This record gives sequence, C-alpha cells and structure tokens, in this order.
Amino acid sequence: MADLNDEAVAAALDAPVGRGEPILQVRNLKKHFPLTQGILFKKQVGAVKAVDGVSFDLYQGETLGIVGESGCGKSTVAKLLMNLERATAGEVFYKGQDITKLSGRALKAVRRNIQMVFQDPYTSLNPRMTVGDIIGEPFDIHSEVAPKGDRRRKVQELLDVVGLNPEYINRYPHQFSGGQRQRIGIARGLALNPEIIICDEPVSALDVSVQAQVINLMGKLQDEFNLSYVFIAHDLSIVRHISDRVGVMYLGKMAEIGTDEQIYEHPTHPYTQALLSAVPVPDPEARAHRERIILTGDVPSPANPPSGCSFRTRCWKAQEKCSQEAPVLAIPERFKGQDTPAAHFSACHFAEEKNVVPAH
Amino acid sequence: MSIIDKTAAVPAPRGGDHTGPLLEVRDLHVEFHTRDGVAKAVNGVNYSVNAGETLAVLGESGSGKSVTAQAIMGILDMPPGKIPQGEILFRGEDMLKMSEEERRKIRGRKIAMIFQDALSSLNPVLTVGYQLGEMFRVHHGMSKKDAKVKAIELMDKVKIPAAKARVSDYPHQFSGGMRQRIMIAMALALEPDLIIADEPTTALDVTVQAQVMDLLAELQQEYNMGLILITHDLGVVADVADKIAVMYAGRIVEQAPVHELYKRPAHPYTRGLLDSIPRLDQKGQELYAIKGLPPNLLKVPTGCAFNPRCPKADDLCRTEIPALVPVTEQNGADLPGRKSACHFWKETIHG
Repeated sequence: MADLNDEAVAAALDAPVGRGEPILQVRNLKKHFPLTQGILFKKQVGAVKAVDGVSFDLYQGETLGIVGESGCGKSTVAKLLMNLERATAGEVFYKGQDITKLSGRALKAVRRNIQMVFQDPYTSLNPRMTVGDIIGEPFDIHSEVAPKGDRRRKVQELLDVVGLNPEYINRYPHQFSGGQRQRIGIARGLALNPEIIICDEPVSALDVSVQAQVINLMGKLQDEFNLSYVFIAHDLSIVRHISDRVGVMYLGKMAEIGTDEQIYEHPTHPYTQALLSAVPVPDPEARAHRERIILTGDVPSPANPPSGCSFRTRCWKAQEKCSQEAPVLAIPERFKGQDTPAAHFSACHFAEEKNVVPAH
Repeated sequence: MSIIDKTAAVPAPRGGDHTGPLLEVRDLHVEFHTRDGVAKAVNGVNYSVNAGETLAVLGESGSGKSVTAQAIMGILDMPPGKIPQGEILFRGEDMLKMSEEERRKIRGRKIAMIFQDALSSLNPVLTVGYQLGEMFRVHHGMSKKDAKVKAIELMDKVKIPAAKARVSDYPHQFSGGMRQRIMIAMALALEPDLIIADEPTTALDVTVQAQVMDLLAELQQEYNMGLILITHDLGVVADVADKIAVMYAGRIVEQAPVHELYKRPAHPYTRGLLDSIPRLDQKGQELYAIKGLPPNLLKVPTGCAFNPRCPKADDLCRTEIPALVPVTEQNGADLPGRKSACHFWKETIHG
C-alpha cells in the first residue's frame, strides 16, 4: 500500500512545471535545535531557533538569492530544502508534495530533482576519489538516469559542459585549483538533470578573477538546462548580479523579500538598508558622498532572541511597539495598493523607503 | 606611569630626525625551497609608506602579498623561506641587516601586525586580558596587575562593551567582530608607527566589517600611524586606501593613488579585476572574466607573468619582463605616484 502511494507521488514529481510557476513553496518553515543539560537525564533547557518561520516561493527558471549575516539561518534553510535536516515545523511543497513528510522512494525521487552545490570546494570533494568517481557517484544511487556502460561518456560530457577538459576524468581533486574544483562540484550537481539547484555560498572561497568565471558558468547553465536556483550568499553584490528575486534573512526570519530592483533600489526594512549601506563599493569617488549606516553590536543569540522584532536591539528606529509585537512579513500598510517598487514584502512596523545604494 | 613615558625610552622616537618614508621596501625577493623546486613568491617588490598613510596591497591568493608582509615583520619561516636580495628600510635603517635582538625591539613596538583569522591567532586557553597584558609585561616589564589595567584601557579604546567585566573572558566567548577588535587592540598596545593588517576583515560580515574598518581608520588618524592593508577586496580598498599596489605573481604590476587606479587602470590585470567584480549599483548581463588561472609559482611564465591570461599579449610580452615604469599623461605630463609594469601601458590607460 505504502509502495503504491510512493509510486503515485513519484509520478506526480515527474510532471513538468511551466516557466514562471512556483516550483518550490516554503511555508512557515522552522528548525529548532534543542539545547540540553545533564548527561544521563538529558533535559531540554531551550532551543536554538536557527530558522523560525520562513516562507517564500521559488518560481521555475528564476534565481532566488538569500542573503544575511553568518548565523542568520540561511545555510540551515538550504539543508531543510534538501531534507538533509528534518524541519521542526512548516512545509516545503515541491510540485504540490510536502517533502518534509516524504520518505523512502518518494524522497529519493525528490532528491534527484533538487541538488546542491556546496561552499568549500576543498572539503566537499573526497580526496581519495577521482573526478570521474565523484561526478559519477550520483548515478550509483539513481541508476535509472545513466545505464552502467554509459556512465563514463556521461561524466565526460558533464566535464565538458562545466568547461573542464574531459580527459581529466581520472585525476584527483588535489590536482585542480579552487575554481576548477567548484566546477567539479557543479558538474556533480548537474549529473542527475535536476530542476532545482541549491547553491550555498558557491563562490565565496574563490579569488575575484575566478569568481567571475564561475558566476558566468552558472548563468549559462541556467539557460541551457532550464534550472531554478536558490542562491545563498553573504556577498550582496554577487547576489544582485545573479538573482531575479532576493530575500534578506535576519536571525532565522525573513526580513524583506522582493525583486532585485525592489530590494536594492527601494529597500524598506532598516536591516536591508544597513546591510546595503555597509557594502564597500569599488569606487573611491563614492566614498565621500555616501551615507553609511553602521549598526552597533552583534547579531543576538538565536537561542535567546529579543522579544517582538528580532532586529530591534540594533535598529535606530525601534520603539515600544517593536519590543511587544513581532512584525509580519507583508506589504507594509502605507504602501498597500500603490504601484511603487516600495510595495513589496517587508517585516517592519515602520517600513520606509530609503535609497542607500548610490546611483550611477 | 603611562605608556607614553615608557615608549619614549625606545630609540628613534616618533617624528625623529629621519626624513623620508616610514618604511621602504626595495627590490625584495623571497623564495621558498621545496622538494619540487624553488617557488619564487616575491620577485622584486618596491613600495613605501609614510606616517599617517594607508597603502593597500591588492592581489589574489598566491600573489605574494602576505609573504612580503611577513618578510617586513620578520616572521617568515626560514627555511624553507629565503631572502636572496632586497632591502627593507624602516626609518632609513635596513632591517634585514639587523641582529635578531634589534629586530625584536622593532617588532610589536614599532611595527605591529593584525592577522586575518582572529580565532586561530589568539590562544584559546589564556584569557583575553592576559594576552593583551603580555605586550606590557614582556616589552615594558610591567607587573601583572598593572598590565591588566592597561588591557582594560585598550579594550575600551577599541570599543569593546563592558571591558572590565570581559577582560577575564576567553577568546571563544567573543564574537568574530569582537575578536578582531582584540587583535587590533593587541597591535595598538605599544602605539606602533606602522601597522600591517593582513586581510583584517575577510572573515567578517559586512556590517561588522564596516565597524572594524571604521575603528581602524579612526585609530590610525589618532596615532598618525602608517598602515599597510593587505586585501583582495577592491571594495574595501576603495573605501580606505590612499594609494594602491597591485601584485601579481610576486611582482607589483601597478601602483597608483586610489582615485586614479579606479578611474584609469594602466595594467590589463587591474582592468580585468575591476571589470570582473559584480557591482551593487549595477546589474550587468555577463561579467567580464579573466580567462585562465593564476600562475604556478614553481614555473612562472617567461616574460610578463600575466601574458597567458592577457587579452593584449604579443611576442614581446612572452620574452621580455616589463619593468615597473612611471606612467604619464598622453602629452607627457607627469602623473605622480603612478607606475605600471606593462609593455603596453600607453594603450591600456589612454585607450
């Protein structure tokens, strides 16, 4: 019976999704890591609220950028989307199926379609495996994608696609530079013809000149294979370059989400404004007449977040209301029904437009 | 007794009789002898820093920017490292000819360094206060008690909240930004004339990075220190530097005042770097990418080291190493402080 059900789910997952329709819908996703005390009788004394109610949609063929400081939960979101961590609460709908509840064959089918590219190309490749084995390993698990005799050719094709010499198939990871290794990581992600690729800081370990090569490659592959990306990074300039829509996370919550133009040119959440104003712009002319908002202090601990709005401890606009009532992620009241770029989802009681990126 | 009284006893006090740059590096070479051969990490670097000035050294990993800094500090691992030729003049005196004893007097007291990774640069089993106080105990022979008072003063100086309560905390109890502040405090302890900051904000988030860079700039102004900022981030450089030296494969390929460099790069590598970074204020279609990879230092290409990746390279570039020559306006007028190591700098800067 369970098997039959699985099969129905697997069939549903094979159905294609039209361009521009939501392929992944995340609803109120939460992940709390328990904090325990004692050795024998472990007693839960609290929880690290790494992800605390995140909702967003990923549309087919688009790139959704997720930015935030370290510790804001962006990497945990990536793991939840892959179902590498079990969510505490909330749903992730992939083609209408809640993947947080799936297991067995249905989950395997989902994982084939959602792949991941990791941050550190030095530790995410097994040093004892050849490049051919690394890229071909997904075929061992999902043998329906490439029959055994066909694998070598398939791996060489993938190497060619990511711009590496197909003759490198028998080399080991240490024989490659950082940028080349990240290409291997991308080739592995592409091996199973996925629909969604989740990229967790894919270029932050790379040098500037190599970064551009990898970013361009990812753009090219998106067009070629009709991929949807969730692009997680802390570098706001890169996220702007590659993303169609951007979500800004703070302390396990989404602070603001909108198109790249809405977020970068018409930010309404004070955190987004501070974040954008702090980015160093490679233009010395701009440094004189640029307004910078320098936040004081550090991100509070997710084990003990502030009451109400989690950003209020560092916010210059914070008032009584902010400590009592947590703002919801919605179009702010004052912009509702207006046809301005400021009318996008922002979780602030006092959302206000402020242009912090110098115009050119 | 204040710190000032103590440092006054050290030879060559601030603003002494020496005129000219605070630090001058002349034709410095560093090589590493490895099993696979000799890796030439630095091949003839020249630069200078004045008091109160910020020099940014820009380059990718393996370009030799950190090795140069280590040679200046005298903390290069020798062997395998070796300095076959060159001079490092601090206030006119060649540090490479000094005895180890004399160098120790300069290190920490006159030239201090801030390292990239604060967590691994601090000792995890000693309190922050103890580590900060060590500077005073070792260099000034202060008592433990006095050193602790100084440590608290320093922590206040770098704006660590509740310094008095936190002085006995261990490094792991501080956040990344706070740890970097402690590193800055440690470098500042003896009020040096020159600070070398090796990627001081690379491991930090943007909001914290802005705080730390502001603090560094403020303190630099207060003490009129020279600052060598080593980084790969063109954005950070634009925000704080006075002049820039761009390094590639152990050589300086371009030197320029900060405004000039961004407006009109005179070396194809600099131009490529500037074009290849995504901009916050612009959304482009495709990024310009410098093709290929940084060279292997065991076998640097003949001629200009950048020639295999350069769009302008021709036969001359493959045979002859370009010298770092002064760059002039089209009409021959001087451009002070500008130099480029490209055979075709004229075409690069003037179109």
